Amino acid sequence: MMAAPAISLLLACVGGLLALGLGAIGLAAIGLARRPRTGALIYAASGIVSLIAAAVALNALLSAGPPALATLPLGLPWVGARFRLDALAAAFLLVVDLGGAVASLYAIGYGAHEREPQRILPFYPVFLAAMNLVVLADDAFGFLVAWEVMSISSWALVLAHHKDPANRRAAHLYLVMASFGALCLLLGFGLLAGPGGGYGFDAMRGHPPAAGVAGLVFGLTILGAGSKAGLVPLHVWLPQAHPAAPSHVSALMSGVMTKVAIYAFIRIVFDLLGPPQVWWSVVALLLGAFTAVLGVLYAMMQTDLKRLLAYSTVENVGVIFIGLGLALAFKAENLALAAALAATAALFHVLNHSLFKSLLFMGSGAVQGATGERDLERLGGLIGRMPQTAFAFLVGAMAIAALPPLNGFASEWLTFQAVLVSPLLGTTALKFLVPAVGAMLALAAALTAAAMVRAFGVGFLGRPRSPAAQAARETDRWSRAAMFVLVGLCLAVGVLPGLVIDALSPVAQAMTAGRMPVQAGQAWLSIVPIAESRSSYNGLLVLVFIAASAGLAALAIHRFASRAVRRAPAWDCGFPDPSPLTQYSAGGFAQPIRRVFGGFAFAARDVVDMPGPGELRPARFTAIVRDRIWETLYVPIELAIGYAADRLNRLQFLTIRLYLGLVFLALVGLLLVLAIWV
Amino acid sequence: MGLIRDLAIQGVQMLLVLALAPLLTGWVRKVKARLTRRRGPPLLQPYRDLWRLMRKEVVLAENASWLFRAAPYLIFAATWVAAALAPTFATGLMFSWSADLIAITALLGSARFFLALAGMDVGTSFGGIGSSREVMIASLAEPAMIMIVFSLALLAHSTQLSTIAAYTLSSNVGLRVTLAMALVAILMVAVAENGRIPIDNPSTHLELTMVHEAMILEYSGRHLAVLELANFLKLLLYVSLIACVFVPWGLAPVGSGALAALIGLGAYVGKLAVGGVLLGVFETSLAKMRVFRVPDYLGAALMLGLLGALLLFVSRGGLR
Repeated sequence: MMAAPAISLLLACVGGLLALGLGAIGLAAIGLARRPRTGALIYAASGIVSLIAAAVALNALLSAGPPALATLPLGLPWVGARFRLDALAAAFLLVVDLGGAVASLYAIGYGAHEREPQRILPFYPVFLAAMNLVVLADDAFGFLVAWEVMSISSWALVLAHHKDPANRRAAHLYLVMASFGALCLLLGFGLLAGPGGGYGFDAMRGHPPAAGVAGLVFGLTILGAGSKAGLVPLHVWLPQAHPAAPSHVSALMSGVMTKVAIYAFIRIVFDLLGPPQVWWSVVALLLGAFTAVLGVLYAMMQTDLKRLLAYSTVENVGVIFIGLGLALAFKAENLALAAALAATAALFHVLNHSLFKSLLFMGSGAVQGATGERDLERLGGLIGRMPQTAFAFLVGAMAIAALPPLNGFASEWLTFQAVLVSPLLGTTALKFLVPAVGAMLALAAALTAAAMVRAFGVGFLGRPRSPAAQAARETDRWSRAAMFVLVGLCLAVGVLPGLVIDALSPVAQAMTAGRMPVQAGQAWLSIVPIAESRSSYNGLLVLVFIAASAGLAALAIHRFASRAVRRAPAWDCGFPDPSPLTQYSAGGFAQPIRRVFGGFAFAARDVVDMPGPGELRPARFTAIVRDRIWETLYVPIELAIGYAADRLNRLQFLTIRLYLGLVFLALVGLLLVLAIWV
Repeated sequence: MGLIRDLAIQGVQMLLVLALAPLLTGWVRKVKARLTRRRGPPLLQPYRDLWRLMRKEVVLAENASWLFRAAPYLIFAATWVAAALAPTFATGLMFSWSADLIAITALLGSARFFLALAGMDVGTSFGGIGSSREVMIASLAEPAMIMIVFSLALLAHSTQLSTIAAYTLSSNVGLRVTLAMALVAILMVAVAENGRIPIDNPSTHLELTMVHEAMILEYSGRHLAVLELANFLKLLLYVSLIACVFVPWGLAPVGSGALAALIGLGAYVGKLAVGGVLLGVFETSLAKMRVFRVPDYLGAALMLGLLGALLLFVSRGGLR
């Protein structure tokens, strides 16, 4: 396919999605949106359009032709609405549209549970369209408009269950943080465009700003894109807003929208901003490492399944930023091959995270649909009642815990390899920082495995902790189909990582000017980032070995030893207790880790209230976990804004003379500023 | 011809680790018994135990799921594959490039993931206590192991075990602070990962102190046998790993003849015997520590590994 038709087709897909959104509004207006069939129809149409767009993006990525351009007569009169499809955009479009297609498939079944579908249906296709447009945009104006539409449509989706006050609060916080992020990006683009007002990306690319301004733009981009992606300490909205939305939207927000934010970071920092400076990479590495470790520690403390997953998204964004920070460091020191390796690792993790995080959110949505519960302390035993969902969730949990041979391990392994080439870096600060970041990355990976053992073990294994969990039934077939598509993709990407690396190499080349060796020709489909004597990994062989040895062992034992099984009550060291409350709870499971890391991260304390002899009140145990970031950063801001608002409130009740006086003073002030400045 | 010989060597290696693993555990038990002036069970007792368990019927808890039944085989397979990829008597095994040291660590992580899940499957309090402690220990031991891998990889310019062994064999090693730190750290991690004193006691059945034993409390029959065998394999893997990286002498190089392989085999068995004695002496001379002292112990291992890697980062240009 030629490149130019590809971008037209993509824009047509976006137009189709927008039309679907408008159509849903029309249907809602005449009251048809409440019918389940309408919802299924809209989701199916969104899914098909997304699938077409994903196919076009994949084709554009694999054909690796020159960038395709298109201009529509919209937007700023002297710029127009420009669109561009290059390798970077194609890779992220693939992530967006693949996620959109699978989430739509899931929603065909899941959406039938919604009580008020008219609050979701109009916004869902618009949300998908806006994410596509952010990635396609080639001028700052179009980018920001699409970015804002993406924020607002997802805000409306967060508010879908608006009767819950917690959701309203989450949506409010989200709106505030989204405005803050958009403001930062707006200022960043303003600085990039310069006084001439070159709002097209090609103009910005042609005239990179001076070092000082570039640093400022970098800082603004970290704030703007980082607040959307969930970088600590700008992550506070994410674990509240993502779980509040319906599960297919949660999957999109966590799996896909955070990736659009990462796209924005890559587009500005790697593409528009000119040659990077070393300190940028230090900032990105530090933020990434803290985000990874703190995100997973938060996840470990949560008992709400969806909030746990949202915090794990924060962790994965940290891992991606570690990869991007390494790529920046290598690029700044002109180590092209190493930069390509680090960038590939980050992009690979972007793809992987979109796959397994969507899968996990869909699994949690299935659990919520079957039991009405998200609280781990009221779940349990679902593996027997929802076996297929449990299997899919288990695969997602293994993938996110970076267990070979699934896809999470492949990208984690590449990131470690990128850390291992970093002694090449000359800067002293980086020499000290990078090994520490490597240790934080390893710590985050190990803690993720712990968090996932806890999520799956408490939620799906053991005995049911509530009547709702006892009565759970397997979810509908559309949802299961969507989850198993993702299971298949996780496994396929995990055992054939070489194909993904090759597909991503034009993107890494555009970002860093380096190119990893071609993996397709390697023996047995293994991946070799630099040289075989250095390091290599073969997911396919590992899978075959594990399957063969497990199968052989089971076969041999069943054939030659014994195959008898007798069912009996659980032994439990001789004291089995029939109450499911004697099982380990989610809070109890996290207690050792809370004790090891919690003191420093959360000022965690365990308070035991033991009644004295003869007292009849029950003993009480309270675990106190405080959110230090919220307390030290956001509470003062909240207080300051409240204080200022109270003071400024007086301005509301002045006389007309005073208002005129204020207007006059403001005018004089502005004129003075102009007179001095110009 | 070459392909068949390589395959044969790889196959021999897989069977060798499987055959030797119970013997090593029996040897350690014997050494510990002799050190405490007991006669101890015969060396071959682990084999008899395994065979006895395999022939018994499985008593399965009523609400045990498929995961509970599949987990032993998966744990065994992951551990066996990891053990088969570490060079024991010869380097340059046919498939050793399919997983490097990071992947071997992650394979052990997979085994632990399933073991911790299996502990929670029946829904008893002891299973939960074991799993919860195990993931706490792992959350520190795994990064410590990765930092050790970093130190070794930065020295040898590779994460492949064969290349690292070849590097230690070569003459340009000298005395390196990093290597010493990595050795101490890997010994500490190995003790923790195998549930040995002072972290966990493999022969305890005092409920509140168990970690590993608590997770496999509900297992019986062939499932228990497979899990025990996996545990034996893990001990063997760690001893082989330390031997191959820090004392690789005697390893048969790539493409050498049968004589070199025999020498390698003899050297390997000797290393295992010495490792078993050292482990026995270490365990008998210490007392088990409280669970909440374990993070200090593992934190020290993590810091040693990190310091070792940091020294390399700062002191030299690194991988060229």
